[in-house]
Amino acid sequence: MQEERRLKAQKALDKQAAYGEPVDFDRFHDESEEHPYLENLQELPEEKQKAMLLAGVDVTEKERAGTFIQEDHSVIHTSVLDDGVEVLSITEALEKYDWLEDYYWRAVAVDADRYTARTELRGRNGYFVRALPGVKAVYPVQACLYIGQEGLLQSVHNIIIAEEGSELHLITGCTTGHDVGSGMHIGVSEIFVKKNARLSFTMVHSWAEEVVVRPRTTTIVEEGGVFLSNYICMKPVQDIQMYPTTYLTGKNGLARYHSILVGQPHSRLDVGSRVVLQGEGSRAEIVARSLTKGGIIINRGHLVGEVVGVKGHLECRGLMLSKEGLIYAVPELEARVDGVDLSHEAAVGKIAEEEIEYLMARGLTEEEATATIVRGFLNVKIMGLPPDLEEEVQRAIEQSEQSYL
Amino acid sequence: MLRIEDLHVQVGDRTILQGVNLHIRPGETHVLFGPNGSGKSTLLGAILGFSRYKITRGKIYFKDEDITHLSVHERAERGIGIAFQRPPVLRGVTLRDLLRISGQGNVVNIEELAEPLNLVDFLGRDVNYGFSGGETKRSEMLQLLVQNPDLVLLDEPESGVDLENIALIGQAINRLLQKDGLLGEERSRREMKEARKKAGLIITHTGYILDYVPADVGHVLYEGKLSCSGLNPRELLGCIHKLGYGECTRCLA
Repeated sequence: MQEERRLKAQKALDKQAAYGEPVDFDRFHDESEEHPYLENLQELPEEKQKAMLLAGVDVTEKERAGTFIQEDHSVIHTSVLDDGVEVLSITEALEKYDWLEDYYWRAVAVDADRYTARTELRGRNGYFVRALPGVKAVYPVQACLYIGQEGLLQSVHNIIIAEEGSELHLITGCTTGHDVGSGMHIGVSEIFVKKNARLSFTMVHSWAEEVVVRPRTTTIVEEGGVFLSNYICMKPVQDIQMYPTTYLTGKNGLARYHSILVGQPHSRLDVGSRVVLQGEGSRAEIVARSLTKGGIIINRGHLVGEVVGVKGHLECRGLMLSKEGLIYAVPELEARVDGVDLSHEAAVGKIAEEEIEYLMARGLTEEEATATIVRGFLNVKIMGLPPDLEEEVQRAIEQSEQSYL
Repeated sequence: MLRIEDLHVQVGDRTILQGVNLHIRPGETHVLFGPNGSGKSTLLGAILGFSRYKITRGKIYFKDEDITHLSVHERAERGIGIAFQRPPVLRGVTLRDLLRISGQGNVVNIEELAEPLNLVDFLGRDVNYGFSGGETKRSEMLQLLVQNPDLVLLDEPESGVDLENIALIGQAINRLLQKDGLLGEERSRREMKEARKKAGLIITHTGYILDYVPADVGHVLYEGKLSCSGLNPRELLGCIHKLGYGECTRCLA
């Protein structure tokens, strides 16, 4: 099986992705020294801790169910603080569980494009996070993928499983060291939400000016399962292209994608969300907020209704805060049978003068009024997270805001 | 408090106001009538300095200072407040957020002010999002109560509002204009009136709000000018009911 996979991957090494500018791998290197494992995360240098915090990862591990941290190719820390969850490196997990082979490359095709192919052939580590059946983890598990070396190509393979009836929250923070300007990150993530399980997956990207990012994520949700995906990217980055997809395969599944994208000058974000509604009574919602300060944002959304009676809504709002830049909203609805209920609304423009002056009439300066409206636009309350997690994400946004808005 | 001299205002290419003169003293409440499209909202917008209203001639003085070219927030800071007829929705900004920032450091108990306006449950909601007509107007009143301006501009406070809500809004206006305090008030009515410093300018179509808010002076805005200025508001309303706005042309002549 492994042989077969590798063969497929070999053949796909030159296969271009459906979207995004082709990336020249030669710009980057994948040689890195191994980093030592740390029992105590607080031994990390302060600037690393700070970078991780910007991506929502707290080294004190306060109110966390577990932690996974990978620096370059090395897993430098894993811990579990809740008996009901497992947090391992994918390499270890594959050794530990034979059955994991069944999940490996099941949701994402190994030969989807040259990024998945390269991950199979040259990828190193990634995380395995699992909530055992019926377990309700109160606190989130945090995972951090950190690039500490200039020009490094990091590619990881992650698997998340929320077993039947479980509840799991995951915060993934992807970031670079403060002295790293360029690098590439490829992250393959395969997510499984079993019957009546509930998973919230919040990903914060906090990259640098010349980092290229190609996540490849697919989620499979079974009957009665709930998958909430939140994505936040506010810092400068060179080029991100991703189009995570969820298949609602069972009855009454629910998927919700929320993304908050800020296009900094010279950044290019091509970010979409897709839900394929295959189970009876399944529902989906995609909400995107894009704001450009001069960068290019392509915001895609795609709802596919395959059985009668499914329901989906797509909402995409964009704000131009600069004369430069571009917001290109591409909402797509696809009904494959009659009797599906799919809708979308999209609005792109600058902040309404009327809203600014309304606030100014209450005594705010023009700058304060603009900031208030922008903060409202980027509000995480729309994500419907548990209060503690919402606070965490809000804090991460505020940290980014202070530096970048 | 407010003195307007020969005010000409353009919206786009159209001249809407053509030489408006108005003087409002501290403690006075003025009422502005006028047919649709006569420029009533334009006058309020020009007093606040909204960008779509371009002043081409004339001056606006507030507390003896020329504010003709000040920004909206500078006018708000000096003590002018407005209740919008159709305020915009602010997504992601809760009413409580807005009240906190619009208080400009005024120490107020938001809940206490929201309670009589039946708005306590609305504090956590996005400003004006999904609010009914009455809820929107009450929220405008609450914002003004927190802001506590010296000159209150009210753009059709009763439009789209049922009778019960008009009463609530009337009470709020009286509080803003220092006209409340009937029970347990130690001062005589005259002392209260003399102590009153707040001034108001109310646009009304129907005049219903006058059943709740006593006003001193009425004006009709007609063809870009104020006519019939200085008449008693109720008398003026009666005249408009009987004779229509056509009668105003005689005063303009």
